[in-house]
Amino acid sequence: MATRQPTLAQTSAAQNPGGAVDATQPARPRRERGTRVRRRRVRAAWLFLTPMLIGLALVAGWPLARTFWFSVTDASLSSLEGANFIGLENYLVHDNGWYGILADPLWWQSVWNTLYFALVSVSLEAVLGVIVALVLNAHFRGRTLVRAAMLIPWAIPTVVSAKIWAWMLNDQFGIINHLLMTLGLIDAPRSWTADASLSMWAVIMVDVWKATPFVALLVLAALQMLPSDCYEAAKVDGIHPVRVFFRVTLPLITPALLVAVIFRALDALRVFDVIYVLTSNAASTMTMSIYARQQLVEFQDVGYGSAASTLLFMIIALVTVVYLYLGRRQLGGGS
Amino acid sequence: MTLRRLKSIALTIGFWLLVGVLVLYAIFPFYYAIVTSLKPSSQLFEVSYWVDSLDFSNYVTVLSQPTFLAAIRNSVIVALSVVLIALLLGLTAAWALGRVRFRGRTTVMMIVLGVSMFPQVAVLSGLFEVIRTLDLYNSPGGLILSYTIFTLPFTVWILTTFMRQLPDELEEAAIVDGASPWVTLTKVFMPLLWPAMATTGLLAFIAAWNEFLFALTFTLTDSQRTVPVAIALISGGSQYELPWGPIMAASVIVTVPLVVLVVIFQRRIVSGLTAGAVKG
Amino acid sequence: MAGLTLERVNKRFGSTQVIDDVSMQIDNGEFIVFVGPSGCGKSTLLRLIAGLESITHGDLMIDDQRVNNLTPPERGIGMVFQSYALYPHMSVYDNIAFGLKLAKQEKQTVDERVRHTAKLLQLDGLLERLPKALSGGQRQRVAIGRAMAREPKILLFDEPLSNLDAALRVQTRNEIARLHERLGSTMIYVTHDQVEAMTLADRIVVLNAGHVEQIGTPRELYERPASRFVAGFIGSPKMNFIQVTAEADAEQGCRVEIPAVGQRALPLAFSAGSGSANEATLGVRPEHLIPTPSERGEGLEIVNVEYLGSEAYLYLERNDGELLVCRTQAPSPFQRGQRVTLDFDPLHGHLFDHDGRAVPPLERHAAPAAAQGATS
Ligand SMILES: Nc1ncnc2c1ncn2[C@@H]1O[C@H](COP(=O)(O)OP(=O)(O)OP(=O)(O)O)[C@@H](O)[C@H]1O
Ligand SMILES: [Mg+2]
Repeated sequence: MATRQPTLAQTSAAQNPGGAVDATQPARPRRERGTRVRRRRVRAAWLFLTPMLIGLALVAGWPLARTFWFSVTDASLSSLEGANFIGLENYLVHDNGWYGILADPLWWQSVWNTLYFALVSVSLEAVLGVIVALVLNAHFRGRTLVRAAMLIPWAIPTVVSAKIWAWMLNDQFGIINHLLMTLGLIDAPRSWTADASLSMWAVIMVDVWKATPFVALLVLAALQMLPSDCYEAAKVDGIHPVRVFFRVTLPLITPALLVAVIFRALDALRVFDVIYVLTSNAASTMTMSIYARQQLVEFQDVGYGSAASTLLFMIIALVTVVYLYLGRRQLGGGS
Repeated sequence: MTLRRLKSIALTIGFWLLVGVLVLYAIFPFYYAIVTSLKPSSQLFEVSYWVDSLDFSNYVTVLSQPTFLAAIRNSVIVALSVVLIALLLGLTAAWALGRVRFRGRTTVMMIVLGVSMFPQVAVLSGLFEVIRTLDLYNSPGGLILSYTIFTLPFTVWILTTFMRQLPDELEEAAIVDGASPWVTLTKVFMPLLWPAMATTGLLAFIAAWNEFLFALTFTLTDSQRTVPVAIALISGGSQYELPWGPIMAASVIVTVPLVVLVVIFQRRIVSGLTAGAVKG
Repeated sequence: MAGLTLERVNKRFGSTQVIDDVSMQIDNGEFIVFVGPSGCGKSTLLRLIAGLESITHGDLMIDDQRVNNLTPPERGIGMVFQSYALYPHMSVYDNIAFGLKLAKQEKQTVDERVRHTAKLLQLDGLLERLPKALSGGQRQRVAIGRAMAREPKILLFDEPLSNLDAALRVQTRNEIARLHERLGSTMIYVTHDQVEAMTLADRIVVLNAGHVEQIGTPRELYERPASRFVAGFIGSPKMNFIQVTAEADAEQGCRVEIPAVGQRALPLAFSAGSGSANEATLGVRPEHLIPTPSERGEGLEIVNVEYLGSEAYLYLERNDGELLVCRTQAPSPFQRGQRVTLDFDPLHGHLFDHDGRAVPPLERHAAPAAAQGATS
């Protein structure tokens, strides 16, 4: 056969330009669903996911569904099985006046407390976190040591840090009062954790102390990935460093900062242990988690407590969905 | 001396001052806990900034309490088991999510992400029921089970990120060599993922070691408590007579291992935290 | 050892057609090279053969058995990856033995095979080393050894030399050629380096945008490219292309009007089509252009002379700014700035029609090379 004759491939391609199906040709075999390797991999993937999915269903899915169910029953801790359906009575019911969670001023106070706590502490953590990250990003001797030191608050168990701060904030023997009085900033010891006007600030202070390293680390990681050439360009142009920070650095680290902030915000919205240990069930610092747990465990009113938990879940789900939606729009499609 | 020179000196001093303040802020509370724990109870209520006595009586008090020792034992058992389970389930799930493209993958990722955002109280009553049904109430088993709700999602998430970074050709080489997915995972990927597993395991350990709400709710007797609960519940005669010395000693005892781990593995931890967060 | 047949193989990723109706027949023991520009689908085609990607439709047969649904080991293939993809935590020995162990071979057989393979590839002394303690060339050999150890019927290579430096590349190229001779197994080799393709291949498959442009021996591809694409792709420096108008001529085949050269007759069976079908592209390889110093300032100017030791390239600027390349013996009698007129032997002229397809020669002028090469 002479070379100049087109090969088999060319002939068929020529007869079938653009791959359009030609009726005179035998029908192509039906499209196959991947090789056996692929099918086996997909099967293995589901098999490998099964334990995790079962685990999550057991500890998250099913309990959550039960919580939703309990929230419309009169279940109590001692008789979970004998619960009766009572509709939305746990949420709101009219019976010589309004009753139910939505009519409970303490619930609304705990919602307000939670939002206030989340907003203030996360804002402070974001600002402080960026400052710490900028410091850690500078080149100086002992940087590794300073970074390790910054990690310590993050590593200390929340309960322990709450206890340590409770001791430092102790009204009679606490070092904070001692220090402030020595410096002449206050003239009489303050009762930081018991005084309703101060306790929220005490709680925020402890949370900021503990969570700032987390924000700082995420921001630091972003800072270290920044291209150095735009800084050099800015330097050559003689732009003031503060301006450089707001014009160049901040926009570039914003995505990382947003991630850190959302993680922190979700944590802050469900905050429990710091507050429970520092101020127990005091109304001035009661958060939604504390409120729900008090109803569930201490008052043994599972129905009512579950209703509170359900509301908390809804709020957090809403925040998450809004965040995912905004994040998706901003980043143009997730992973 | 020029003005410029002065300015740069002032800036340097300012910078070091800032570093100093930040370091002090970060470590002072823990330092102060150590200072307090080393004081005899007679000096406890005199504020001092330095370790001026080396009195270990608080440590003796704490360590001679059987309930505290039991709490440490429980915490170790719970945290280690949680790490083991999270790594095992997380690794297989991460292979599936990180290396196979299949329909429903995004959904599963979203479920995992969603669970990591669950508030713990939202599952408290349902989980209580599950634990009681399985007869795990007031035992480490109940805590091990319940802790998977927060350790598993981030373990899966971080390991998936690391799993994605392994080269495709490596897995293809294994396929050509005739390796099944399980063999690929255990013989090829796992040895390469040791650093990632160490990081994730460490994070899971810290999370389990520090957990409070479930431990408080799902245990009843002193002998079944974990360390955070034990410390939170140490009490004196009344609210105003808390035994601060022993509390600080106990705090130092349970924190020192963590601080040591964190300082040693700080690079690992940072990489784990960022890996978990980038995709978030 | 096995023959391989592809029948109208297609591969689509989503809606993009990456492999488009590719058919070919590969004989037992042949060394086949896939070449083509980056992104044309070489790797994809290789991976389809390996079983790492699924064939969207079409048939793949090995030894007359349809293997579309078989796993790579079941197909009996071995593969050498571009990045080597050695298992970093396993010693050289374990890397080579991994597949054998998975195939449930006796321990003794495994050992024998590993040692035999290592000896063949001169890896004997390195068996206990980890990949990171090996040089690039050694890693390359381990990768080949791992692919060979299970004695696959077909060995696949995806740009195996692209990570090596130039000297090592030549050496390893020779080693692969010798290995093929010794093993006699079918080998399919992907590269975008035409020197590798020309030196190694029994037959070359030129791919372009997912379809086969031409299959043939290196000599066929060089002397009788089936399309303008192949003509431009194979050969360095590239073939010169000149826009011409052509006209069928019953006596001499065809007549082309070449700007700045004049009219020439080529022994090619050109047939004018409709519309602007008189337009064609004349292709002449640099070594077939014959420059003659011009006397009266006509012809083209030499804008550059490249001296390469054994030969020299003259670059001539055409009126439209394009460059023509002309290969002469070195030292060249020509200098920059000189003007020359060009001519070529009509037997070495290629003509490509409006669609880029080569115009076939007249029957009586069929090139000698064409008689030897048997395709499909
Ligand atoms: N998994 C995939 N999904 C979608 N498109 C793909 C995928 N793999 C390859 N492609 C596309 O298929 C085309 C061919 O890719 P291929 O890797 O086969 O090219 P190649 O010829 O090997 O190129 P190179 O010489 O650069 O290696 C490219 O356009 C590529 O973008
Ligand atoms: Mg390729």
